[in-house]
Amino acid sequence: MKLKQLEGLLGDLQQFSNPKVELEQYPTGPHIASRMLFTAENSYGDITDKVVADFGCGCGTLSAAASLLDASCVIGFDIDPQSLETATLNAEELEVEIDFVQCDVTKLELKGQVVDTVVMNPPFGTRKKGADMEFLSAAMKVASQAVYSLHKTSTREHIKRAALRDFNAKSAEVICELRYDLPKLYKFHKRKEVDIAVDLWRFEPRQN
Amino acid sequence: MRLIVHNMLTCNIKGVVNKFPLRIEAEKVIKKDVDFNPDFLRHMLAKIEWKALVDGARSMGYTELPDHAPALESDEPFLKKFHHALLELNLEEGSLVCQETGRKFPVEKGVPNMLLHEDEV
Repeated sequence: MKLKQLEGLLGDLQQFSNPKVELEQYPTGPHIASRMLFTAENSYGDITDKVVADFGCGCGTLSAAASLLDASCVIGFDIDPQSLETATLNAEELEVEIDFVQCDVTKLELKGQVVDTVVMNPPFGTRKKGADMEFLSAAMKVASQAVYSLHKTSTREHIKRAALRDFNAKSAEVICELRYDLPKLYKFHKRKEVDIAVDLWRFEPRQN
Repeated sequence: MRLIVHNMLTCNIKGVVNKFPLRIEAEKVIKKDVDFNPDFLRHMLAKIEWKALVDGARSMGYTELPDHAPALESDEPFLKKFHHALLELNLEEGSLVCQETGRKFPVEKGVPNMLLHEDEV
């Protein structure tokens, strides 16, 4: 599948109808999502024929991208039942098979490093402090091959240190820096659109 | 929920030791065809907890899996059964039960709800 085609398909997905501010629900746009997964597969071979988990899957954009790039099994994890319903509809629309689990990712315990790759656009920690780190810690516990995650560029040094020192990372690389367009979703947003500098990270966990 | 997912899930209630596997109580199971990928299946064979898979499949009405995975992985009839159990059986409605506490995690419309109550965290 070509990048443009992937981006087009992801652009048709339904997004949050009533985003919950306390969960930091923002859609992962098709531009970012397609590039993230395309890179994960074409540069690193982390998606096709792999077991892929999407932590904080929301409406399932990253999960859908993984499926469309022929992951053999995609599992979306999210705390919010409405998002999971939308994600389920999105999977049906695209005619892809995605399993979903409702849970608090930060409290999830899986039976070891049972997935190959985790892809995620986690909360940045602007509502619940430290949520970004908790998501990263959780992802590093279940991935055997790679974790792809988006974090604010302003947290770059902090993330690298924590990943290598505390979260069992063999390597922690910023693959690219992206501008994340956040449209005015919530009433308290003053500006019509806001542009945040975001790093796309690739972490490699040590084998347990 | 498919058995490939069930084989990963554990009970995360505070203090529980016997977290895996969760026992399946099936109310509604549906079958959905999935493309057969023998390489992927061989890759999974090493990672799957076999007894949990056999018991899980039995709870969902499929009893064809052998008690032990055969030594010869290239055995295609076996791989087809493994494929069916792992990827084609879907628990739509039912529960996942913690073997130690008896706590039931409901499965509705194929989605298990693993959210804990406040006193379980």
